[in-house]
Amino acid sequence: MYDFTYHKAASLDDAAKLLASAVDAKPIAGGQSLLPMMKFRLASPSDLVDLGTIAGLDRIEAEGGTLTLGAMCRHGAVCTSEVVQKTLPALAHLAGLIGDPAVRHRGTLGGSLANNDPTADYPAAAVSLGATIVTSKREIAAEDFFTGLFETALEPDEIVVAARFPVPEKAAYEKFRNPASRYAMVGVFVAKFPDVVRVAVTGAGASGVFRVPSFEEALSKDFSADALKGLSISTDGLAGDIHASAEYRAHLVGVMARRAVAAANG
Amino acid sequence: MPAVSMTVNGTPVTADIDPRTLLVQFLREHLRLTGTHVGCDTSQCGACVVHVNGEAVKSCAMLAVQADGAEVLTIEGVAQGDTLHPMQEAFRDNHGLQCGFCTPGMIMTALDMVRRLGPVLDDHTIREELEGNLCRCTGYHNIVKSIAAGARAMAADDTPRRAAAE
Amino acid sequence: MSATGIGASVRRKEDFRFVTGRGQYTADIARPGQAHLYFVRSTHAHAKILRIHAGHASRMPGVIAVLTGEDFAAGKLGSLVCGWLIHSKDGTPMKMAPHPALPVDRVRHVGEPVVAVIAERADQARDAAEAISIDYEELPSVVDPAKAQAPDAPQIHEVAPNNTIYQWQLGDPAATEAAFARAASVTAIDLVNNRLIPNAMETRAAVAEYEPGTEQFTLWNTSQNPHVARLVLSAFVGIAPEHRLRVIAPDVGGGFGSKIFIYPEELVALWAAKTVRRPVKWTSERSEAFVADAHGRDHVTRAELAFDAEGKILGLKVKTIANLGAFMSTFSSSVPTYLYATLLSGQYDIPAIFCEVDAVYTNTVPVDAYRGAGRPEATFVVERLMEVSARRLGVDPAELRRKNFVKNFPHQTPVIMNYDAGDYAASLDKALALADYAGFPQRKREAAGRGKLRGIGLSAYIEACGIAPSQAVGSLGAGVGLWESAEVRVNPTGTVEVLTGSHSHGQGHETTFAQLVSHRLGIPIDNIAVVHGDTDKVQFGMGTYGSRSGAVGMSAISKALDKVETKAKKVAAHLMEASEADIVFEDGKFTVAGTDKAVTFGEVALNAYIAHKFSGAELEPGLKEGAFYDPVNFTFPAGCHVCEVEIDPETGRTDVVNFTAVDDFGNVINPMIVEGQVHGGIVQGIGQALMEACVYDESGQLVTGSYNDYRMPRAGDFPPLVVDTTVTPCPSNPLGIKGCGEAGAIAAPAAVMNAVTDALGTEDIAMPATPLAVWTVLQRQAHREAAE
Repeated sequence: MYDFTYHKAASLDDAAKLLASAVDAKPIAGGQSLLPMMKFRLASPSDLVDLGTIAGLDRIEAEGGTLTLGAMCRHGAVCTSEVVQKTLPALAHLAGLIGDPAVRHRGTLGGSLANNDPTADYPAAAVSLGATIVTSKREIAAEDFFTGLFETALEPDEIVVAARFPVPEKAAYEKFRNPASRYAMVGVFVAKFPDVVRVAVTGAGASGVFRVPSFEEALSKDFSADALKGLSISTDGLAGDIHASAEYRAHLVGVMARRAVAAANG
Repeated sequence: MPAVSMTVNGTPVTADIDPRTLLVQFLREHLRLTGTHVGCDTSQCGACVVHVNGEAVKSCAMLAVQADGAEVLTIEGVAQGDTLHPMQEAFRDNHGLQCGFCTPGMIMTALDMVRRLGPVLDDHTIREELEGNLCRCTGYHNIVKSIAAGARAMAADDTPRRAAAE
Repeated sequence: MSATGIGASVRRKEDFRFVTGRGQYTADIARPGQAHLYFVRSTHAHAKILRIHAGHASRMPGVIAVLTGEDFAAGKLGSLVCGWLIHSKDGTPMKMAPHPALPVDRVRHVGEPVVAVIAERADQARDAAEAISIDYEELPSVVDPAKAQAPDAPQIHEVAPNNTIYQWQLGDPAATEAAFARAASVTAIDLVNNRLIPNAMETRAAVAEYEPGTEQFTLWNTSQNPHVARLVLSAFVGIAPEHRLRVIAPDVGGGFGSKIFIYPEELVALWAAKTVRRPVKWTSERSEAFVADAHGRDHVTRAELAFDAEGKILGLKVKTIANLGAFMSTFSSSVPTYLYATLLSGQYDIPAIFCEVDAVYTNTVPVDAYRGAGRPEATFVVERLMEVSARRLGVDPAELRRKNFVKNFPHQTPVIMNYDAGDYAASLDKALALADYAGFPQRKREAAGRGKLRGIGLSAYIEACGIAPSQAVGSLGAGVGLWESAEVRVNPTGTVEVLTGSHSHGQGHETTFAQLVSHRLGIPIDNIAVVHGDTDKVQFGMGTYGSRSGAVGMSAISKALDKVETKAKKVAAHLMEASEADIVFEDGKFTVAGTDKAVTFGEVALNAYIAHKFSGAELEPGLKEGAFYDPVNFTFPAGCHVCEVEIDPETGRTDVVNFTAVDDFGNVINPMIVEGQVHGGIVQGIGQALMEACVYDESGQLVTGSYNDYRMPRAGDFPPLVVDTTVTPCPSNPLGIKGCGEAGAIAAPAAVMNAVTDALGTEDIAMPATPLAVWTVLQRQAHREAAE
């Protein structure tokens, strides 16, 4: 990797100041995506601002129908948290499917959201659950937060502080891993709320997470796997590569959605 | 150059390092603890797994400066002198290694597995937990056997051990 | 059987250092004052080098030297070579193009090293390498072996028109045509044996040192055969005379063939060490390994099998195009010829065989031996043909095999090999029983009830291990002899060092070889050290590949032990004042037959060295013997593997649910180690069948250049494997052993694909049967059914 200047942030304000003061500074949380990119010299920040030294960013709280996870919550902590397992087991399940145990000890919710890798898992949960991303400056609805391939609404000196997940009646996440990379080739998060069903897909879209209105409509009327029978999604905008053509990804979206609904119905 | 201090295998170490130094480079090149290996550049093979503050991490995906103040345990710190840890013994007893290159990462991952999941590990669980550790020699069969046996042996073992390896 | 002798599952002596992190791999070595080497590699599949801009880079911090192909050419060093001369059917020799370590004017594959940068630190070398720009004129490229010989294909080397290296054949074309003419049925199939990337977990590395005072080079290298490396580097490349080059292969983290070969990088490291007068270290990154280590397989084949009306095989015709990549790697030419076509008779009595092989250059990484080398390709052809034939003839695949098995030994095949021993029905029967073959229909129905497609497939493979004898392989074109050497040094205290030309990179020689010595000399295994991998310690050796270390390497030790025993008996005779002819050696004790006189091995060892009891005129002091063992034949391990898969038709995902292997390796030294070898081979074989694909795009870029795209087998992909053996001792070596390192990789791909095609009900799927590939087949079937 290229050389850079390393800073330990003492507080969120400190981190924001450090980020604003350098030409191309980047925050680093767990570093499980950023460091591999830097090793391949595909990312070359002038400065790294370490958020790992800021206290209090790894809280897990459930209150009033909302589960709030601090940005520095490690995937391993989310997947084993009794609070998460009790209030939003689908999210605990999702966290347990990210990477491998060692990666889950380092990787964070905030890092995953801010990176917006089109094959990452958390964006599907955030969009499906209608999460609110709390930053150092404001609150952003998940659907407005993810703006494209590795793109988010975050400003350069803006830091993800937490995510608030409304607790649904039912939810589930089904993931079909890319056989080689193990990222989601297709991941479908389904959440049923009293007034709405949201289906969010990661891995399949060429520009990141997206919703499937036709599935949502069918599931709003009948929240059963059978309700999705005969429905399919268009291949427009889907990724295609040696592991999965756009057609295959479209097909898997249907399969994973049906399985997620079946799992949500337990 | 920033200074880092950490405890490695119970010994405090301090060094001035280039910030781009990965933890694995710090261990291998600065401390000459070459038991931690590098088998890939995409953080997938797991040959570099060490424990930081008691948890398994891939030392190729962590900066040494991020381990400032941490307790680090590498494969070199697992045995007590010439007495092998029960997990190391289990790998030897069950032929859980051939070329030995992935072995340190496998053992460090196995110890973390037992810490989190307890001493009774079934075949399926062990295989899923090895998601981030690649081996090209053994076909994994005897690694899985070794970890199951090592986990059981750890439950029966009452030797006091260094943090993170218990 | 003693606790540490032949046949015992002794824990490995080498494991203590590995489980404690004290192994010494090449990358662990740090020489005082060492500099670091990094390569600028070609980003083009095929291009002219117009200009290299390295001025800025050479002035960057820490940079010691920037070396190009022109510098290398000025050094008057020779080319890397392929050491097995194959002749085309018209009698012309293979078209071997020059292979300089760094090219002067043209690059021929993505990843070819072009410029070497030496700097104080590894990151500085890489920083400088990145600052070097190269002006290229891109040329058209070809990566597909089936297209390489087309008239309009780009020419890769001047010496090889139509990119054809050789057009070789084996067998009797007339007899084979005659057999087909009277056939009742013919099964024809088209196969692609997918290209693989070896991926030993330790990447290649080299540390080179030059001592100007003595003009002595030392190379620490990730090599499976350090002596062969030294021979090639001195005799062909001329980097140093053989006696001034020491090659050390310390602990090596897996090889699978990829570390047999002599590559440009270690050669450049040696040359650079002399040029900059500093130790020079190169450690391959994994992404470099993908484009720098020789790949494996890559065959395109048309095969036909002729049967009479009773289901007996009459003849086999095979036409293969083998991709050897952009340069001929060290043993590349032998893989698709003498290691392939000679095994096309499989376990079967086939009266007539004819095989044609065209080897071609393409703009891809060189292809050479990879675990099994030629034999997996042969087994895949034969065992896919047998399975497909059984299905078309409507007979049980197991029974069709049984009907055609070779039953009498020795058996001369029409393709050179003379099978010395075997019992193919025994391994088939045992495998079918262990796999509960009879219960499969029930399991298939049960799976169907869960919406899953279940299939079963067999692979009754044969391999030839321990390539030999030297005289025979020489007549077939081999540039080296394929014997092995050993030296047994007994110390005055009765401990023993065994020096072997074999090299262990996971096989456990330090244990198994010691078991042999312990068994023979009756001394504890801890009193035996096995020394290997250092050309200064071991006089010569051919290294480890082709499952040869047991059958050939241990036979050499056995031969040396014979000599030690003979000499020791002489010493014992003097000690006990008896006639040498009356000395009996058993359980570590020398006795005089018919008396209670006895001396221990330790006493004999001591007396051999103090030499107080005999005169120099009668007997030389000391107890040290060497031997070179040249086998009289290959060994022929064989067996039967049974794979059972379950396919999820919704996702196309295939799970191996049962895998059973029954192998006949002859006598087994250490069953635990042998089982481990089989496990590893099976998983590589399943990897080839279901997961691993090396994919190039049309422009010659490697698409699968990291673990994000090259699908490595993981623990979660497999069920526990069922492994067992049958035994017919090998009559061709003193220990009766055959070789076990490659069996799994040879047998498994066909077993898996036979199971997958059984589950899918179509033969129309190639390796690897990835979820995408399986889903695509199922889609095609659904469309066809809908159309009907």
